[in-house]
Parts: sequence; C-alpha cells; structure tokens
Amino acid sequence: MDMNEIREIFFQECEEQLAELETGLLKLNDGDRDPETVNAVFRAVHSIKGGAGAFALDDLVAFAHVFETTLDCVRSGKLEPSQDVLKVMLKSADVLADLTNAARDGGTVDESRSRALVKELEALANGEQPAAHAAPEPVAAKPAVAAAPAPTDSSGFQPIPFSFDDFGGEEEEVLMVAPTYTVTFKPRAELFSKGNEAALLLRDLSRIGEMSIHCHTGDVPTLDRMDPEGSYLSWTISIKTEKGEEGIRSVFEFAEWDCELDIKLAEEAEADDERPMIPVPFDLSLLEDEPAIGDEPHVGMHVEPVVAAAVAAAETATGVMQAAAAASARAEKKEAPAASAAAQANAANAANAAGQTIRVDLDRVDRLINLVGELVINQAMLSQSVIENDNNGTSSINMGLEELQQLTREIQDSVMAIRAQPVKPVFQRMARTVREIADITGKSVRLITEGENTEVDKTVIDKLAEPLTHMIRNAVDHGLEMPEKRIAAGKNPEGTVRLTAKHRSGRIVIELTDDGAGINREKVRQKAIDNDLITADANLSDEEIDNLIFHAGFSTADKVSDLSGRGVGMDVVKRSIQALGGRISIQSKPGQGSTFSMSLPLTLAVLDGMVVTVAGQTLVVPLTAIVETLQPEAAAIHSFGATQRLISIRNSFCPLVDVGRILNFRAQQANPVEGVALLVESEGGGQRALMVDAIQGQRQVVIKSLEANYMHVPGIAAATILGDGRVALILDVDAVVGASRGQSLRQEMSLAS
Amino acid sequence: MSYVVKNLSQGSRELIAFRIGNQEFCVSIMSVREIRGWTPATKMPHSPAYMMGVLNLRGAVLPIVDLAARLGMRPAEPTPRHVIIVAQVGRKIVGLLVDAVSDILTVTDENIQPVPEVSSEIERQFARGILAIDKRMICLVELEGLFPDHESEAA
Repeated sequence: MDMNEIREIFFQECEEQLAELETGLLKLNDGDRDPETVNAVFRAVHSIKGGAGAFALDDLVAFAHVFETTLDCVRSGKLEPSQDVLKVMLKSADVLADLTNAARDGGTVDESRSRALVKELEALANGEQPAAHAAPEPVAAKPAVAAAPAPTDSSGFQPIPFSFDDFGGEEEEVLMVAPTYTVTFKPRAELFSKGNEAALLLRDLSRIGEMSIHCHTGDVPTLDRMDPEGSYLSWTISIKTEKGEEGIRSVFEFAEWDCELDIKLAEEAEADDERPMIPVPFDLSLLEDEPAIGDEPHVGMHVEPVVAAAVAAAETATGVMQAAAAASARAEKKEAPAASAAAQANAANAANAAGQTIRVDLDRVDRLINLVGELVINQAMLSQSVIENDNNGTSSINMGLEELQQLTREIQDSVMAIRAQPVKPVFQRMARTVREIADITGKSVRLITEGENTEVDKTVIDKLAEPLTHMIRNAVDHGLEMPEKRIAAGKNPEGTVRLTAKHRSGRIVIELTDDGAGINREKVRQKAIDNDLITADANLSDEEIDNLIFHAGFSTADKVSDLSGRGVGMDVVKRSIQALGGRISIQSKPGQGSTFSMSLPLTLAVLDGMVVTVAGQTLVVPLTAIVETLQPEAAAIHSFGATQRLISIRNSFCPLVDVGRILNFRAQQANPVEGVALLVESEGGGQRALMVDAIQGQRQVVIKSLEANYMHVPGIAAATILGDGRVALILDVDAVVGASRGQSLRQEMSLAS
Repeated sequence: MSYVVKNLSQGSRELIAFRIGNQEFCVSIMSVREIRGWTPATKMPHSPAYMMGVLNLRGAVLPIVDLAARLGMRPAEPTPRHVIIVAQVGRKIVGLLVDAVSDILTVTDENIQPVPEVSSEIERQFARGILAIDKRMICLVELEGLFPDHESEAA
C-alpha cells in the first residue's frame, strides 16, 4: 500500500467524519444535549485533525485545532451550545469540508472566510475560558495551535529508552520555573483494547517536562481473580512543564475517552506534600514486554506491601527481569501482553456492534451487476427454449427452471442492493446549501429532511445533487419570502423547506416543499409572454403556467443574483432529472408554497420499457416517457401541410411522428391507422404522438452501452438484450422528437400545442 | 504476453486468413478474439451501408461490419454459412462478416511483400502487405486502418 492509497483512505474517512460532524451539529441544533453527541462531534474533528497531521496538511490541522478547542469548551460545559454558537460551528464544519476538499483535489479555499471563522471560534473559546485558565499563564488557544498536535502524531512513537533514575528525591532542589501539575491517570480496559499503551503515553508525557511518577498498585487483585484483559493500575504523575494543561492533555488526546484523567495545577499542593503516595523511582522500560530491555540498567520497584500475591510476583519480576515468566509478567503489568489480544477481541466486538462494512471498488460491483444481468438473460433464454421443446409441462426440468428463475431474481435484487446507498449524504449537502443561501439572502430558513435512509442506486445519488441544489436555491431565493413579509402574512418568520424521500412502486420519490409565497402565476405568465414563450392571448390552466418555469431561458427573479436568476435554473433541472429517467412535477398554492416532486428510477442499470415493433425491428421505449398509448382512428388524423400529420386527442392536436421514418427503417410514412400511437412527453414539455407498428409488451430491460464497441447513434439511447438473445435498441425519445421538428423549428415550438 | 514476446523474438507471426468472394485476406491472430457463425443482427438506424447491425455477444453489444462492403466490394448476403470474426480494434470489439475462414498462417516478415502502388485510396488505407502462399495471393489487412479511432468516436 503506497502513500497515495493511504491518503485516499484518509480522505474517504474524512468524508465520513464530516458527515458525522454535521449530523451531530444538526442534532445539537435541534436541542439535543446528549454528551455522547457532543463527544461524537468532537471525535470527528479530532480524527480529521489527527489524520491531517500525519499528512502534513497544515491548514487543515490548524483550523481543525481551533475548531476542536472550541468544541472542547462545549464538551466541558464551559460554552453553552446556543443557536448562535452552533451557527458558527456549522459554518466551521463547512469550511473544514472545504479545506479537506482543497487538500485532496488541490485548489484554494476562501482564506478570509476561514480566518474570520477562526477568530469567531477563538472568541467563543476564550469568551468563557479565562476563568478556568486563570492560574497558568494564558497559554490557551494560540500557542497550542501549532504545538499541540505535533508530539502526538505518528512520528512521536519511536521507542526511546530512558529511565527515571534521576528522579529519586531531588524535586526540592529544582527551582520552580515552570508550573507543576499533578496528573492522575487511570486507564480503563478499553484503552488497551484500542491498542494504546500506558507506557508510551507516560513516555510521551515525560517529553514535555520533568516529571515523577507514582504507580498505584492497590487495586491489583490476586492472580486467581485477575482478568488478564482488565486494567488495575493507575498513576499519579507530577510534572513540571511550560506547556500547561493543554500540553498535557494533548499527550493523552487519543486516549482521553478511555481513561480517567485528572490534571491539576499542583504547585501548592506539592509544597504541602499531602499526597498519599511516596515518590517511587520507577523504570518505565519495565513496561515493555521485550526481553532486550532486561539488559538495561533499571531500579527496583517498591510497591506498597498491601498488595499480596500479585505484587510478590511483581517483585520477582522486577528483580530478575529475564526470568519474568508469562504469568508474573502479566500479573505485574497486564497491559503489554493483554493489550494486543484484548485489542483484537474488542476491535472485533466493536466492529460487530457498528455493523461491518467493507470498501469495494465500484468497478467490481458493476462487473458483478453486469454478470448477473447476463445470468438473468440467459435464464430467460433457457426457459424459453425448454418451454418450446417440452410438450409435457410438468417435467422436472421445468420445476428446476422455476427455482432457477427465482434464484436469479433474488441474486439480481441483492446485487442491485449493493449499489444502493441512502440519500443521506446528498441531503446533508443540501443542508449546507440552505445555510449558505439563507445567509446571503438574509432569510431565516429551517431545512427539515425526512427519509434520509431511503436507498437508491449510487449513480442516481451522484447525479441527484446538482438538480437538487438548483431547486433548493430556487426554493429559498424565490420561494420563501423575507421575514418581514412572512410576519405580515401571518406566517412564522422562519421559512421551512422540507426535503423528503420515499420509495413508491419501485421508484424513489423526492419531494421538496417550501412554505413560501407559491408561484406568482401572473408574473410567470407575463414573463413567458415577454420571452415569446406563449402568445399574449394564450389560454393556459394554472398547471400549465406553473410548468412554464421549466422552460429554457425562463427566470422570474427581477434581478440576477449570485444564486439564481440566470435562467439556467429549472429547465436544466428538468433535463437532468429526465436524463436519469425521472419525471418532475410541481404543485403550487399561492401564499402557501410550492412542492416539487421528482420520481426517479431506483437504478440506472435497468429500465422499464415498452417493447414495440417498428418496420420489423424490435425497439424499446422507456416507459417514463410515455404518457398514454392509443389506437388512432382515421377520423382523428389530419394532414397538415405537405408532409406533416396531426392527430387530435381530446380536441387538442398533436404532431404524429413516424418512428420508422425518423430512424430510416422505411422510406415511406406508415399508415397511422394500422399502428399504435404512443403519446410521449419530451424535453420542453411538448407532446408528440410516436407511431409504431405494434406493442409487444412491457418489461424490465438491462441497459447495455452501444458506445462501448460502437458509437453513439442518433435517436438511440442504448441497447438491451431481450429474452430471445437478440439485441434491441432503446429509443431516445427526446432525440426522436427533436429530429421530428428539426433544429430550426425548435424555437417556434412552445406549449401552445 | 510472453507468447507475443516469443513470437516477436523469432521474427515470425501468426495470421488468420479468410475469404471474401474470390479474394483472400488475413489479419494478425492476436487481434482475433473468437470466430462464430452468423446470426441475424439488429439493424441500426443512420448507419453506414457496411454496418450490418449489432449482435449479442454474451451480453456485450457487438457491432457487425460487412467486411466486403467496407472494402468496397459487393455487399454480402449473409447466410448461416457466413462467419463472424470477433476482433479487437483499438479499445473496441467488432465483428467482421466474411465468407469463410480458410487458414492459419505462420509467416516471417520476409514473407510479406510490400503493397504495389495502386491508385485506389481504400486499398491503401487497410492493406499492409501481400503474402504469396501456395500460388495464392493473400492481402494482409490492418484493422486499425479500417476502423480508425476518430471514426468510432466521432459521436
């Protein structure tokens, strides 16, 4: 594994941590005061900082550190996580995400923004902190920014042999230049199970100042009652350091949750010497489980005689290091041998609890999905040929085939489920969008998300983010009113945007609702007339007016803002949703808000299609495009000009498009009465009646790329393989409709049909 | 891979020879994936005349080219006796419809004669040499010349 791979993993984890961070902050924002939530938030920032330190991403480390310091204040209860505080925190989370992205992909971050936030964070941290830090010089945040993470990062753990021989009893003669702290450190069993080791922590601690250590062995039980993976020792450390409490904490920063740590400024206390323990010279190297250490000079360990059997064993061990048998070594310092075993066991337990996951390359999953697609096709072909060749339908082959069919279907579902991911990450990104736009527009907005765990294919998720962002922007920028207006209308000054996802009949439905003013139909209509989208006397229903906003070049914003109003909004949204095989619709009630609902397929690998025949060829028309099918009657067909023909459907006229002619499958237009018309809705909202010869049926097809071995064919979206093993082409409805009206006709085309 | 290296070091290479009409052609065996019988292909709209359509090759969509038409000869009228040579061209896989596969040849570079000066553009595009074997003339075809990358990626 080279450095790049490790880096990649780090950034993947960062993404997870950032999501965790945001979830936690939002929970806090909703009034959750569970300390575990605060801890989770803290841990997320902390892990990012730790990892970033290892990769020397200084910007990230510096910012994460300040953030962490402030979060620590929240954690310790010094800072009340009020709405205002959380606003800053959420912004900081955004900047942290930006910095992470910048570190991964290069690029720059708006420095002024992060610097301003650093100031705000520091202000928050210091605002309530001075009281706590009165005694030592104010070392709080600033110097620690650079210094704190350094000693704990990966490079810090080189085993340097050292002893505390000198510490005998000479504390008095040292001048008290630096403040002395008394640190009580009592590791819990989890500390060892996570692979931390007390000896290494103490050794690190010794690096930041002169110290003396006292080991409390009073809790060590007798051998027969001892849990080899338990933790029985604790230490009292008296340390002289200029780094302050901050510096000491930073040594324990990766172990803090798994131990009892108490740091006190102890100058006076020490002078009084009221400590119950007598200073004992103590060789830390004994903690090591390596026989080599036995060669080094070490001093004997004096333990209080209260301890019985275990300590006797311990004394033997200290006297003759080489003879330290497994049992006595364990009795003396369980952590070293126990740590590794316990770490494994507990790691496994922890993993079980959290639900095991593995990271798999997407390509591999795709290959599997492809193969299963083949399997399904092959199974269908096999069934078909068995049925054709088998006269008595009760044979055991038929039974077996049925089971095979069920199995393959189950395999297909399971494999598809691998690609399915909850929509949560996208929704979380939207939370950020809402915050940013609310900030810029000066509106107060609350985003409520529902059904974040609804799962959908990863490709759909990836392509969902952009249209959703557009829509959220529109909802906040255009949909919601300014707070004053809302108060005037008798609404809550805080606007609500609701984003929901749910499964409905094999598709995912995503709805975006705002409680704003709704669509101003008069304005939309006027705008459409101004832009020549409709004629001034066109008679449109409310729904048709609402749908005008999906037209290219349409924007009702009076002036172009940073956010929206460039006229690339809803038409782009509609197109990208349609490209995903989805549909979008809008309901709006004046004064009460609008709802956009999108219905998307759960996967892009399969498609619901209508299998049709055109000029002897089998084609598949995506079901999402078809509005209705009908058998044209001769009376409903009207010639229009030299070649055009219109079909009248419930008193509206719709152009007839002969698919076979467009695709050049036949030279002459077919007789519409002999075929079937598929009424389709295409990009731009216009309806067309596509003429095909016959409908074979409806089925789910596996999408195959044509471009892989050939090239893009106009009018054809992709290919698929039918049950008989033949390739069938999937019609690109938009392209066919586009070809039917020609490029020059495009501008004239409007909703007027 | 080692197989290729060995062949190159000996200066010899293997070619698959096939027949279209009364002419013989050959392509490097390394570009041939498999050989299969003709089954009706699905027609493609707006495709060049030599494009016969697409076939299902174990789940992949395989475009079929009528090599006779592509080489400017009379288009083939495929029967079940026709053969499709599945070949790798660049990064893509195409099926070449030919009348029959006739031989596997092992030749060295000395066996390959240069293409004589001919006026036709199309022959110059694909012909990389001529082999004289048993008084037969076999034309060495370079598939990359027939299906240059820019054509397939024109879309």
